[in-house]
Amino acid sequence: MTLNVERIRRDFPILARTVHGKPLVYLDNAATSQKPRQVIDALAAYYSRFNANIHRGIHALAEEATAAYEAVRERTARFIGAPSSRSIVFTRNATEAINLFANGWGRARLGPGDQILLSEMEHHSNLVPWQLLAQATGASLAFIPITDDGRLQLDRLDALLTPRTKLLAVTHMSNVLGTINPIAQLVERAHRQGALVLVDAAQSAPHLALDVQRLGCDALAFSSHKMLGPTGVGVLYAREDLLEAMEPFLGGGEMISDVQLTSATWNEIPWKFEAGTPNIADVIAFGEALGYLERVGMAQVHAHEQALTAHALTRLRELDGITLYGPDGNGAERGGLVSFNLEGLHPHDVGTVLDAEGVAIRAGHHCAKPLMRRLGVAATARASFYLYNTREEVDRLIDALHAAQAFFGRPAHVRPSR
Amino acid sequence: MVEQLDELYREVILDHFKNPTHSGELPDAQVHASGANPLCGDELTFHIRLQGDRLAQIRFRGKGCAISQAAASMLAAALEGKTLREAGRVVEAMKALMRSEEPGDSVDLGDLEALAGVRKFPVRVKCAALSWNVVEQGLEAHAHGAH
Repeated sequence: MTLNVERIRRDFPILARTVHGKPLVYLDNAATSQKPRQVIDALAAYYSRFNANIHRGIHALAEEATAAYEAVRERTARFIGAPSSRSIVFTRNATEAINLFANGWGRARLGPGDQILLSEMEHHSNLVPWQLLAQATGASLAFIPITDDGRLQLDRLDALLTPRTKLLAVTHMSNVLGTINPIAQLVERAHRQGALVLVDAAQSAPHLALDVQRLGCDALAFSSHKMLGPTGVGVLYAREDLLEAMEPFLGGGEMISDVQLTSATWNEIPWKFEAGTPNIADVIAFGEALGYLERVGMAQVHAHEQALTAHALTRLRELDGITLYGPDGNGAERGGLVSFNLEGLHPHDVGTVLDAEGVAIRAGHHCAKPLMRRLGVAATARASFYLYNTREEVDRLIDALHAAQAFFGRPAHVRPSR
Repeated sequence: MVEQLDELYREVILDHFKNPTHSGELPDAQVHASGANPLCGDELTFHIRLQGDRLAQIRFRGKGCAISQAAASMLAAALEGKTLREAGRVVEAMKALMRSEEPGDSVDLGDLEALAGVRKFPVRVKCAALSWNVVEQGLEAHAHGAH
C-alpha cells in the first residue's frame, strides 16, 4: 500500500502557497513539519468552544478541557506503546523533556566517578543538558564514536560501558546523518551493565512506528511540532517507577499535593512534573496530529520516506562535486533525510539559491557542532522529507541544485590547479 | 535566475568570489588578524603590511560563503594603499551602509558598494561584516601594541 500523497497534500493549506513566485517545495521537515487542517482547526475549536484551565475548575468548560487534555495523554501513551499514561509528561519540547529527566533523575543520583555515555552524533539538546548535569554533580561524560559513514562504532561499546556508566543517552535517528541507531541492541547491552537508557526520539517519533516496550528504553523524549502538531509541546516518557522516585523539575501550581509555608508535598505522577498551567490548546491539537499519523499508518509513512530518500540519494549522486554524509546505501538504517555539500559552495549560498527556486532546505550546523567537527565541515545542506513530499519535489530539489552550481560556477580555489 | 538573487549576488560580488584579488599571505606583515562567524563557519585571516601610516599591502585567506569571501576580496582592494585614517573611514562607511545610512560623499568604496544589496537579507549581513570587523580589530590591536 502506498500513500495517497495527493489527498494528504490537500490537508496541508501551506503546501498550496508559492515562494518567490514558485510553488513551495518544503524539505525542512527535520526542523519542523507543516500542519494539517485538522490540527489547525483543533486549536480554533478549543479556543472557540471549551477554553478553560484544567484540573481545578468545577464547571463544564473546565471538565471538557481537562478531559480533552488527559485524553491526549492516553493517546500519546498508545502511540509509543507505553504501558500507562502515568508515564507520559507534557513539556514545552523535546529539549525540556531531556532537561527534566537530567535534573529530576540525575542531580540526586550522580556523583564523582559516575559516567554518562553519549554519542558523537547527538543534537545539542541531548548533549548540553548532560554537560550541565556533569558540572553540577562531578560525573563525567563519555562518547560512543562514529564511523566515517556515520554509524555508531558498536564494537567500542563494551569498552565504554562500565559499572561506572549510570546512563546512556542516545539519539534514535540523527538529524544530520539520517542514521537510525539500533536502540534495542544498545538498551540490552546498557542494561546488562546496569545503566539506564534515555532515547532522543525527536527525529524518529514523527517517522517510525515507536514501541518503548519493544525498544526497552527507560526514558524517551520527542516534540509535537516535528510530527504535524503545534510548537510548544514536548513529551517525556519515563518508566513509572523512575518518575515516582524522581524529584520535581519545576515548582508551582498543579504539581503539589499539599503546601505549607515552608514545605510542600508532591502531586502524583505525571502531574508532579507539570507545574503551572500547561499548554492546553497545543496539547489538545497535538492529539489531532497523532490521530492523523495513526490513520495514515506509521509503517506507510516510513516506507514512503525511504522511497523518497532512495530516489534523492540516486539523483544527488548525479551532481559534480557532491559529498553525501551518513550511511551508504539506501538501507533500513537510514531515515528520511540527506545531508550534503557541493564542492566550493557554502551551504548558505546553496540554500539562498534554492529558496529563490521555492525550495526550502536547512543549511548550517544543525545544532550538532561536535558532529560537524567530526565530519570536518562547518556546515551542511540538508533536505528532509515527510509524508506529503513527492518524487517530483525531489526532482525540483535536484534541478535547483544544478541551478545553484550554474549560478556560482566553479570558484577558482576548487578548480584543479594547472 | 530571479531578481532577488541578482540583488544579493551582484555580478561584481560573484567575480570576487570566483576570482578573489588579494588572496594570499604576508608572513612578514605587521598585522595578522583572524575572525570567524562560528554559526556558519565563515573564516578570514588578513595580513596587512604597513608602511608608515599606510596600508601598503593586504592579503587574505579564508573559507566560507560567497558573500564573506567576496567582501574580503573587495575590502582588501579598497583599503590597499590607503592611510590608516582613510581605512578607518571606509570601515565606518561600510558599517553605515549596512545600517542603511548614507556613507559620506568623500569616501570611495569601490566595488564594496555592491554589498548594499545584502541589507535586504538580514541573516547575511554578518557574512559581509566579518571582513571589516576583522580588519578593524587587527588594526586596533596593532595600534595598542605599538603605543
